[in-house]
Amino acid sequence: MPPLEQETPLLQVKNLKKYYPIKKGIISKTVGHVKAVDDVSFDIYPGETMGLVGESGCGKSTTGRSLVRLEDPTAGQVIFQGKDLASISHREMRKLRTDLQIIFQDPYSSLNPRKRIGDLLAEPLIAHKLATRSEADQKVNEILEIVGLSKQYKNRYPHEFSGGQRQRIGIARALMLHPKLIICDEPVSALDVSIQAQVLNLLKDLQKELHLTYVFIAHGLGAVKYISDRITVMYLGKVMELATTKEIFEHPKHPYTEILLNAYPIPNPHMRGRDQIVVDGDVPSPANPPKGCVFHTRCPFAKDICREKIPVLSGKDHLVACHFPLESVNV
Amino acid sequence: MGELLKVDKMKTEFQTEKGTVTSVDEVSFDLNEGETICLVGESGCGKSVTSLSIMHLLDRNGSISEGSILFEDKDLANASEAAMRKIRGNEISMIFQEPMTSLNPVLTIGDQLTEGIRLHMHYSKKKARAYSIDMLKKVGIPRAESIIDEYPHKLSGGMRQRVMIAMALSCKPKLLIADEPTTALDVTIQAQILKLMKKLREESNTAIILITHDLGVVAEMADKVAVMYAGQVVEETDVFTLFDNPKHPYTLGLMRSIPHITNPDDMRLESIQGSVPSVHNMPKGCRFYDRCPHAMQRCLEEKPQLKPIEDKQSHSIRCFLYEKEEQDYENKKKAKEVNS
Repeated sequence: MPPLEQETPLLQVKNLKKYYPIKKGIISKTVGHVKAVDDVSFDIYPGETMGLVGESGCGKSTTGRSLVRLEDPTAGQVIFQGKDLASISHREMRKLRTDLQIIFQDPYSSLNPRKRIGDLLAEPLIAHKLATRSEADQKVNEILEIVGLSKQYKNRYPHEFSGGQRQRIGIARALMLHPKLIICDEPVSALDVSIQAQVLNLLKDLQKELHLTYVFIAHGLGAVKYISDRITVMYLGKVMELATTKEIFEHPKHPYTEILLNAYPIPNPHMRGRDQIVVDGDVPSPANPPKGCVFHTRCPFAKDICREKIPVLSGKDHLVACHFPLESVNV
Repeated sequence: MGELLKVDKMKTEFQTEKGTVTSVDEVSFDLNEGETICLVGESGCGKSVTSLSIMHLLDRNGSISEGSILFEDKDLANASEAAMRKIRGNEISMIFQEPMTSLNPVLTIGDQLTEGIRLHMHYSKKKARAYSIDMLKKVGIPRAESIIDEYPHKLSGGMRQRVMIAMALSCKPKLLIADEPTTALDVTIQAQILKLMKKLREESNTAIILITHDLGVVAEMADKVAVMYAGQVVEETDVFTLFDNPKHPYTLGLMRSIPHITNPDDMRLESIQGSVPSVHNMPKGCRFYDRCPHAMQRCLEEKPQLKPIEDKQSHSIRCFLYEKEEQDYENKKKAKEVNS
């Protein structure tokens, strides 16, 4: 669902930056910064799913965590309901967390092993003083049913569940407070292939029923394509391209997007031996990113200007940060 | 192309506190020289245990209890540890999933690379070092002369996996077992490693057992595929038949449940309900019974066997649904024998 022009965004990210200091020596002098997220901006509209993709170390998880203030941004704004999440007090943030929830990648480490499922799920309601014990209990039953788990599971501990079931519990916990926006940080990456589809379908159905807005972070392009309305492609802490899912997959404009799509093995043996651009080298260190366009060290089309000038993210609906964006014809 | 490896009804068991657990049951496949077979399946389906059994790298509580592994003329299932030492790293070598943990952090790349070369090829120190540098160059490591003296932590994941490949291929093995070699890597790096493996395969005619859960990688690399579920091979055929004409309900479910970038926009994924049965409590009949959309009363009680259905492509399936085809094939085969 492409956003309508007049619709107001649910959440606006403006020039978000997150730098981690590199400390050295006995007095822990700061000798540099790891630029995990460097000047990222995007809007999220109500009811849509924004996919954040990129390779490891591109800053997609840090961006996601900054949106719910699990990381304190170094600079920039995250505007949600007229408030800047990046600068409000923790007390105020705590209130807003009822509207902003997160689902984590690893369903094994994100559930407290010593708590029963019922208590785990009731905790957000109790903590925010939104319900009494018995009301919370009722609510837990409801939510468990919504995510497709039996309410008898309430008295069990996390270790008694499989990975897919645990991820359902993670989703249930995020739903307890009826949030508006859920950050899904690689929710299916740790799951087995046959289970991934169950969880993806569940997320899709819940979105329709409960009018949720998702930020879906993943490195698996297949899952991102399946669930997202728009996609932001990141590389080394920067946004390379932002467009609707259809545009990204059919007419990628940034060489990096093109290469990323191309690197993906296609499950069809008849497609073997197709022209594949394989880029050499590794992602440069975010502590010492290349000058100019961060992708120029691996870009097959890099010219002199790419080594000097940082390209600006520009465009109307299809934004791209490249001096020489690809034409809509495939290279 | 001669036959290199023949695994026949191999069964691997582990002794645990809760009793004996069968992790791999009746796994059979064969591999010719220079051929690549992919073992596909979810975690816990026994694909890694299969490869570790071939290499005799199982933990102390694990052992091959039945079946045979014929490698050339030797039966590895009953081989002694001394015999295995001569084979491991020399005739059969292995690449592991985690390039981060499978290199020794306190030894330099050179120390680790030359160890096998000196042991198996009896090279002098100097010659082994020169050869190692050649191998590193071959797998695309820049500045190989200086990287050889570095420790593993200095290298990125992709580079470490290249070192692992260099190490595995240095003694010119006849068989390479690659256990999820690209799973821990990013897609652009995965593309590099797959390209490298293809190139090296062409040059050296090494047979490969590639273990993966990614059907994209299978389509890219395999000649033959064995789909595994809960410790058994449920379908085995060549890669084209598998993708064009998958038969076993599990294979079908797997193919339909994977979101892929080439899928049409509005396609809804079909998921396989439920989850893999526990090793402690395997169903008596078909192991896919409680997740199968075509399950019959019979599947609950009887164990299906892996049987061939087609003549030309050698397509085998472990499912009662194809009993008629299996029967037809058997009849045809018998008729042929009578005729000749």
